[in-house]
Amino acid sequence: MSYKNKIAKRAAAEIMPGQVINLGIGLPTLAMGYLPSDMPVMIHSENGILGMGRACRNGTEDRNLIDAGGGYPEIVTGASFFDSAASFAIIRGGRLDAAFLGTLEVSMTGDLANWIIPGKFSPGIGGGMELAQKARRLIITTTHTTRKGEPKILKECTLPLTASACVDRIITELAVMDVTDSGLVLKEVASESSVEEVVRKTGAPLMVPDENSMPSF
Amino acid sequence: MSKIDKTTTPAAAAGLVKEGSAVMVGGFGVPGTPFILLDALLEQKTANLTLIKNEANEAGMGISRVIEAGFCRKLVTSHLGLNSKVIGMMNDGQIEVRFHPQGILAEKIRAGGAGLAGILTDIGIDTIISEGKTRVDVNGVTVMVEEALHADVALIHAAKADRMGNLVYEKTARNFNPLMATAAETVIAEVEEIVETGSISPDAIHTPGAFVDHIVEIENLTEEYGVLQSHVIQE
Repeated sequence: MSYKNKIAKRAAAEIMPGQVINLGIGLPTLAMGYLPSDMPVMIHSENGILGMGRACRNGTEDRNLIDAGGGYPEIVTGASFFDSAASFAIIRGGRLDAAFLGTLEVSMTGDLANWIIPGKFSPGIGGGMELAQKARRLIITTTHTTRKGEPKILKECTLPLTASACVDRIITELAVMDVTDSGLVLKEVASESSVEEVVRKTGAPLMVPDENSMPSF
Repeated sequence: MSKIDKTTTPAAAAGLVKEGSAVMVGGFGVPGTPFILLDALLEQKTANLTLIKNEANEAGMGISRVIEAGFCRKLVTSHLGLNSKVIGMMNDGQIEVRFHPQGILAEKIRAGGAGLAGILTDIGIDTIISEGKTRVDVNGVTVMVEEALHADVALIHAAKADRMGNLVYEKTARNFNPLMATAAETVIAEVEEIVETGSISPDAIHTPGAFVDHIVEIENLTEEYGVLQSHVIQE
């Protein structure tokens, strides 16, 4: 299993029946493939869908039905379409149980920086700030380190923030960590990894409750 | 009343956009983008435009063509992630780009259409986008003033209209269209089908005709309206 699929599979396990969820674009969307097909969950898409299904295949694409990343999704029974104001009322109004986002950096206090690298990468904000700030639960799905092997999980973010103190849980290919009032807590370690590796590759103090009984995934 | 007929041609509609106009353009990706109206706008070479759209379509399509041709001075938008061409023009200083969080862009437009001066929000309050924005305390919560957006012209797309301009959108082609339909001096809707007034159930109308000044029937859906093969999963 690739590291992306590893993260996606673990992320899918966060989703509970009956929830309203936004899966972000790219890596988080892979998580949908790991949801049980009979899971009663309503996937929200910023461009005006509640009840998004899996990606279309075999020429069933509809020119009027895309997801927020431009892909062609199916819809599930009970789906609805609405305008962009209603779509973000679902997010800002507190009707989104959880959102999943990727990131460039995340801090031990739950600050998120994922929208801009000044002078290098500035595609815009999209729905990211509202998802980060207003989803009831924010789960970050990301590689543990950058391509250069530098930690993405830091004491403080160095890049401009998307939102402060917004992250609840971080899922990487190596570990599951929670942002708590007393700090960053290691909850699970990947079966391919170790507590030592996770601690070494995390750029912030990581609390390890009990190394000998650490759950794996 | 049933004799009201707002139909016009793409060229006549585009002619209502003047040099320096602020123009809202509906659509989120391909669905809901008024490609025929944008073709007519490009053809008349109106310059110095401020364009307001969720994104800039993809390179070579929709408003990206207007921007690439140099007719856009300023772009008010949410995300350009699928258009490296326009990002490049922004980085080179060829166009000014103002980014807003997507739902705040929607609410600024909705406020403009509802005759309100702005909205109050805490979105982005701990970020660089809060710089220069007025802060106020409401019931102990600090929020920012986001001014309403209003345009000279809105170019929108709907699936169906009657001759009075009552509009019906389809699936994710709705997006910003009904909001922009309320927020401009002149509102022009291109539609895939015009039906006789009275044939759309009043309960099924998404945008009341009072918001719509002109309607243009699309004779042939060009290739741009179709499924984008680059986004299709190939088996």
